[in-house]
Order: sequence, then C-alpha cells, then structure tokens
Amino acid sequence: MATSTEQLATLDQAKEMGLQEAEFNDIIKVLGRTPNFTEMCIYSVMWSEHCSYKNSINLLKTLPKDGPHMLVKAGEENAGLVDIGEGLGCAFKIESHNHPSAIEPYQGAATGVGGINRDIFTMGARPIAQLNSLRFGKLDDDKTKWLLEGVVKGIGDYGNAFGVPVVAGEVFFDETYQVNPLVNAMSVGIVKTKNVISAKAKGPGNAVYIVGSATGKDGIQGASFASKDISADSADDLPSVQVGDPFQEKLLLEASMELAETDAVVGMQDMGAAGITCSTSEMSAGGGVGMDIQLDKVPLRQADMKPFEILMSESQERMLVVVQKGKEQIVEDIFEKWDLHAVQIGVVTEGPMLRIYMHGEKVVEVPADSLVLGGGAPVYTRESKEPAYYAEGQKFTLDQIAEPSDLVVVARQLLANPNICSKRWVWEQYDTMVGTNNMSTNKPADAAIVNIKGSNKALAMTVDCNARYVYNDPEKGTEIAVAEAARNIVCAGGEPSAVTNCLNFGNPYNPEVYWQFEGAIKGMGKACEALKTPVTGGNVSFYNQTAGEDGGALPVFPTPTIGMIGILAHQNLQATLDFKYKGDLIFLLGTARNDVNSSEYLHSIHGILNSPAPYFDMKEELTLQGCVKELIKNNLVNAIHDVSDGGLYITLCEMGMPRGLGFDIVTDSEIREDAFLFGESQSRIVVSVTEDYEDEFIDTVVEHGVEITLLGHVTRGKLVVDEKHFGFIDDAKAIYDNVIGEAMAHKSE
Amino acid sequence: MKFGVVVFPGSNCDEDIVHTLQNILGQEVQKLWHKETDLKGSDFVVIPGGFSYGDYLRSGAIARFSPIMDSVIAHANKGGYVMGICNGFQILCEAGLLPGALLHNNTRKFICKNTFITPQSHTCMISSNLEFGRGYQIPIAHGEGNYYANEGTIKSLNDNDQVIFRYCQEDGQITESVNPNGSVQNIAGVCNIGKNVFGMMPHPERAADYLLNNTDGKELFEGALELIKA
Repeated sequence: MATSTEQLATLDQAKEMGLQEAEFNDIIKVLGRTPNFTEMCIYSVMWSEHCSYKNSINLLKTLPKDGPHMLVKAGEENAGLVDIGEGLGCAFKIESHNHPSAIEPYQGAATGVGGINRDIFTMGARPIAQLNSLRFGKLDDDKTKWLLEGVVKGIGDYGNAFGVPVVAGEVFFDETYQVNPLVNAMSVGIVKTKNVISAKAKGPGNAVYIVGSATGKDGIQGASFASKDISADSADDLPSVQVGDPFQEKLLLEASMELAETDAVVGMQDMGAAGITCSTSEMSAGGGVGMDIQLDKVPLRQADMKPFEILMSESQERMLVVVQKGKEQIVEDIFEKWDLHAVQIGVVTEGPMLRIYMHGEKVVEVPADSLVLGGGAPVYTRESKEPAYYAEGQKFTLDQIAEPSDLVVVARQLLANPNICSKRWVWEQYDTMVGTNNMSTNKPADAAIVNIKGSNKALAMTVDCNARYVYNDPEKGTEIAVAEAARNIVCAGGEPSAVTNCLNFGNPYNPEVYWQFEGAIKGMGKACEALKTPVTGGNVSFYNQTAGEDGGALPVFPTPTIGMIGILAHQNLQATLDFKYKGDLIFLLGTARNDVNSSEYLHSIHGILNSPAPYFDMKEELTLQGCVKELIKNNLVNAIHDVSDGGLYITLCEMGMPRGLGFDIVTDSEIREDAFLFGESQSRIVVSVTEDYEDEFIDTVVEHGVEITLLGHVTRGKLVVDEKHFGFIDDAKAIYDNVIGEAMAHKSE
Repeated sequence: MKFGVVVFPGSNCDEDIVHTLQNILGQEVQKLWHKETDLKGSDFVVIPGGFSYGDYLRSGAIARFSPIMDSVIAHANKGGYVMGICNGFQILCEAGLLPGALLHNNTRKFICKNTFITPQSHTCMISSNLEFGRGYQIPIAHGEGNYYANEGTIKSLNDNDQVIFRYCQEDGQITESVNPNGSVQNIAGVCNIGKNVFGMMPHPERAADYLLNNTDGKELFEGALELIKA
C-alpha cells in the first residue's frame, strides 16, 4: 500500500524505533505485506513495552482480579471500579511518569497527574482525591533537590489548579534512584454506576470525535521513550516530554461530567501514551469494530504536521469520544459551553480494520486487534536468574552489628532521617483540602480518609512500598507492601477493598531484574489473595535504571508501589493516630522480635543494605487486623498507629507530635534494645487506651489471640525509655518537621 | 437571603461554597455562569476560589472581564453584598471593587495549611459578630496571597476599619512569625469603604463541615447571617 507520500518501512527503521527483527517479521505476516513508514510507527508504539505490557502481562495475569465488590475486571476499562453501594462506584488507578520526570521534572510530573486523572474521569467518575509516591536519590545531592523541587511543583501546580486534593503519599530517598527518580501518581474518583462510560467503541456508523486541546508536536514517541533505559543521552529525548495545561483538563473534566449524564456517549478514552494511535486502536479492538479516521480534521497547533506526527503526538488534555449517531449535537453543545474543541474525525466501521486517511489518501490500514494487548501484540516470558546479592543478604544476623552505646543519639538521627521525617515541605505545596472531603486534615491517621458526600460512608486510601524490603526479598517485600497498605487502612477504620499497582523495575531483559519482577508478582498475588483485595489494574514501568560507571546497567530497587482503597461503612469509624490524653496506657499489639532486617536503622546507622526482609507472617497479620477492626468498632482505643519505617520509637514519637504529648515506656529484656526500638519486624501496632476501658480492651485482644504488651503511658511531653530521658516531644517535632525544608534551603547554586 | 455563586471556567471551590451555604447553613443558593449577565435576584454574590481561566496571566486578571462581572460590579455599587474567597478576592481586587493586590507569596511557593486568623473590623458584618481576640482556624491554599497596598491605602484601610482579618497565632496574638505569605501587617482579608464587599484569602468554607473536625469557618458564616437577618 505504498503511496507517493508513504515509503515502505525497513528493518533498520523498525530497530531504530525499538522493535526487534522477529517483531518486524510478525508485522509483515499480519499485514501480508511490508508496512509503510506510518504503519511502522504505529506498531512500534503499540508494541512498545509501555502500551503492550509484552514482558509483564503473562505474570500480571496471575494476580487475583475478582472480588465481591468489583464492577469492572482488571484491564477491561481505563481504571478499576469498585462497588461502594448506594449506586456509587469508586474508580481508581496509579500510574508512573518516571522517564519524563527524570529529564523535565516539572512537566513530567505535571502531565503524570493529568494523565491519571483523565483515566478516571473518562469513565464518568469525578476525581475526589489524589495520592503520589515519589522516589529520589540522596537528599543532600543538588540534582536530587532540583528534581524534588520540580516534581513537587509540577504535581502541585497541575493538581491545585485542577482542583482535586492530594490526600496521601510517600517520599523516599536512596542513591539507587539518583538518575532515575520514580514519580507515581494515583487518582480516586466517584461515579454513579449508571453513568459509567465504557472505553470501547461500538456500533458501526457512530461518530468518532476528538475533544479537548489541539494536537501539536509534543510528546511524539513518548511511549517508546518510556520503554528504554534512561541514560546520559536521555536529555536528547526532551521533545518526547509533553506539556500540561491543567486549565484545559479542568474544562475537560466538567464537560465529561456533563456528558456522563447524557445517553449520547458510546465510549470514551483518554489520549495518553501514543495519542490518537492508541485510543483509536484500543477502542476499536475493545469493541470488536474498526474505524475510519480523517487526520486532516484533527485540530492542530501547528501547520504541516505529517500523518505520523499527528498519530504519535502525546499532546495532553485530549480524548477520543464515540458518539451515538444522531446525538452529535448534544455532545457538541456541551463542549461549546466549556469552550473546548469537539471535532468529528471519523466513524466506527464493521471492522476489523483501522483505516487512517490524510486529505482523502489512505495512509494506514491495519487490523485494530493486531495492535493491542490481548490481541496481536507480542507476549514474552523472559529469562530469570537469582542475583548473588540475595543469598548473601540472607546470611545477615543481628549479632553481626554491635549495639550503639548511646541510643538517644540514634533516636535523634532517625528522626532527622529524610525517609522517616515529616514530608511537610512537600505536601504543604499541594492543595490537600479542596473539595472539602479530606477528613484527615485535622485527624491524622495511617491512611487518608475521604468523605463521600451525600452518604454516610467514607473511603480510606494509601500508597505503600518499602523498596529496600523488596530489593532484599522481592516476594516477601511485596507481600509486606500489600499487608502494610491493608494495615494502614484498617488502622484508619476502613475495610481493605482493592489494589492498584505501579510496578517500577529495571530492564526486563536483564534476568536478575526479571527475577525481581517474578518474585514481586508472586508475593503480591499471595498477599492480595489472603487479604481479599483484588488487583484492579495499574501500570508497569520497566527500564528504570542507568548505565553504571563500568558501563553495566544498574537497575533501581524493584519498587512495586501498592495503591489501596478501603471503605468505611460509616464515617464515625474513622480512627486516628495521635495520643489524646496524658496518662493513657500505651500497648503494643503483635510480637516484638530481635529483628533489624532491612530497617532504616540498619541501613543508615550501620551502613548495611543487604539483609533478609523484616519478619512477616500473613497469618499473624490477618489475626492482628481482625482484632484492630473490632477494637475500632467498639471504640476501645484512643489512638492507633502501625509500626513501620524507623520502628517502634518513631511510631511513638509520631503519635505524640500532633498534640505535644510524650511517652514513658519500658522495653523487653528478652529483646535487644536497638531491635526493640528501631527494628521493623511487621504486624505490630501501637495503641493508647483510657484506663477505664483497659479490661474490655485486653479481653478483646486476648480473644483474638493477639500478643499484647503494656509499654507504658502517655506523658505531658517527656520521652522516657527504661527510665532514661530521651528528650522532649517538642524538640523531637522540631527536628522531624524541618529536615527537608532545611535541606532544600541549602542548595548550592 | 438568596446567594449566588459565580462559576468561572477554572473555578474549583464553587461546589465547596455551595455545599457549605446550602447543606450546612440551609441557605438558598444558585450558581451563576460566567457567560451570563443575570444575577437571578441574588442578594449576596460569592466569587469562589480556584484558578479562573487558568490564572496564566495573573490571578484574577482575565476573570474580571467576564460578562457576569459587569453585573457583579453593578450589584456592589448598589450596596449589594459581594464576597470573594481566595481567587475570588484576587478577582475583586483586579476588578477594583477592593483596594490592594495579591502578590506571589514571599516563600515563592504555593502553600496549603491551617492558619489562624482573628477578626479586626467592628463595623464590617463579616467579622463584627465574631469573638475579638480569638484565633479562628481557617485554612489557606494559594500561591498569590501576599496582600499588598501602598502605605496611604493601608493607612486608610486601618482608619476606616476596613481590615476584616489578620493572620495570628492560635491564641489570637498577631505576630510576624505566623504571617504565612508576607502580607502587609498580616492582612488576611479586607472590605470596601461601604462595608458591603469583602475579600479574604483563607477558606472559611473548608472549615464548616463537622466531619472535617473544624467548624471555625461555619461560625464566621453564621455570625454574618445573624446580622443580615437582624
């Protein structure tokens, strides 16, 4: 089908675009001819890792997808959808924007926020909360500061204008992310289930519209860029980074909400990676139809764009809408009201071909199904090999490190550790309150609680992943990530409901990376099964690594970020983490252990990275969570906070800081004091209890078979461990609150 | 009392103020679309927060040219109530209904956090019915909330009792250390000389729902409503 303007593609071009020789030959087989250049472009992006999940889908399929509350199965629509009752659904998803953020942190992060929100509102859901999970190199490095500042400003400027609060998140610093930061953004929306909009095209003869912003040359081949290693030359890929406009996004949101109330829309999909190409092929393939598209009708930002440029553009704030024939005017009127483009660019056809025309000339004719995941896109299982560091790390034991002579100093160092300290500097730049549904602003808890207006229910949500655990033991580390997310939800008063994941790994062609990936998926599957939290969708980001000094590839820590949603059957179940009253008793639920494995303490104080993952047992975890749910339901605890990064000591400090209260506790003589205070063994929760309820509280805990230890009591502000004075809570807070702000203020120019 | 809430493209606190007035305070509320010119009989017009028209030029700079604004200005000039919150305050300053301007925060960053403000004006109904000397916990969320006016204007604002709120400590004391954005004399809100047009950067509608565990903002609205009814 070569035309005067469309040269046949060559194998060299295919390779340059990231395809392998066998894949090029597959395309020839599918088409029965050699593709032209434009068609080649289409296959190269659609078969890129980013769009096709070709090296991950086999394993992703093993994750549990069904749950009693699922309205949409994983991968079927733009995002997962959980039934929350009363005719409402919760749409939620997490996505990475790592590669763009590595070279242009501001726009990279901003457009990540834009993309994930569009995934939610194209389903007809109004986003009500955002979360993010960020990872950078060491905080004392100037490049890190530049990246941190840009990413946070990008997320803030976009999300603040868009008008959806950021309610939770995590920020982690480690040299593994020095060149390749991770920027994962999650959005959560609410939809009337009767208004859910599908991402499938149906009904030959129906009109295909492009709506939103005009199309420009930005972001061309972004999907392919996301599917290769970040290197020193990555800045050359700058034109692959898109530019965001939150104002357009806001208009698009409001127009979409009005569309969802009509019966004019058959299907709608966001234009993210691979723009028009991806949306037309996925919508067609999803509905088992084809499309005829006229590229010359697409509103353009600049003249003389070539067909492949229009097809590949990743200009932001655009969507593809399939409109019921005869109801075009309804759609056009809504977009007119919001001053947005809405232009018909094609029609749905019987299929299966996707035909693309420019000025009447056919430039592309390919079977839509051959392009997409689950259709003709390639699927691989890669070679896997256990890395040497794993066995080495398993040998570590506590007696290899000496106990520091002064734990007061250690405690202070941990409070000032960037991974432990308050991330206030970050989240004060985000609008955390717009929408007046963030119930956590004045009631801190382990997970964010977001009110669902018009009902008595609320949502709990969190993002979690300790990548150092996952690095040291991918399977157990990921189990822990899921378990901790669920524990956070339970400690805030919620019932864990479902998971979205953002899988950030190195190059899957590296067998050791693939081994990490396999282990992580296995652990996630096990944990999600046990906790009855199906995985509703998410995103895979491979190639997060850089060339090391010796030329070898250095993958980042395997980082399978878990985003979890839970439901509070009633808003009054909301639990909080802050100590309330001086004199309240402090208990530890769960078992203290001689375990400092993979802890921040072991890494930052002793300089040891390789060790096993912290102790974790799912049975213990389930028992503990069951117990906590009952304690909260019966209102038996005044404060509740799980033990995580930094260990028990940090947990206690975090409980004291909001109201300036302290603690006086005793440690366990059976356990080494550093392990007791700073170890991160799992399935432990600290609670404070009024003396009046002590008996009822203990009865409940004992009935559940959870181990319980009386640690001590809440003080007016003094911090005391085994009668040793550890300082005052106000001083601890002054350290904890200002670490990042102070580091950012000392940037060398 | 009929409230009208103006909706510009890019407004994002419109639903929050509607929720507060309608569901929490039981008032009659209607939305006023920026392309219209009819205030639909509103007695009290609220310009909500957000990023009108994206705020790409300067906060509020474009919104003031919207068709609805001519009607809002006419309403204000007739003595009708107009309140601007956050971006709404910026728009009222741009429109010349309120003196002064909102500059970039002196931190050069967007800031969202709880602040305390304390009522100042004994003659403006938005503050006069509140407890003087007390700190009300009302959150801010803005990048350009640094209130500025020249010396002469500040003097006349003070002389005419036009400063409605200042940022303060939890105990109500006004100190520079709690000034979140560099505003002149900790000014968080002002009114016009006629005391019928008010603007403030903090968001009282974000502190009105008991589910959010802070209802200081509700008290602010209730104080004003009491006076309007009286």
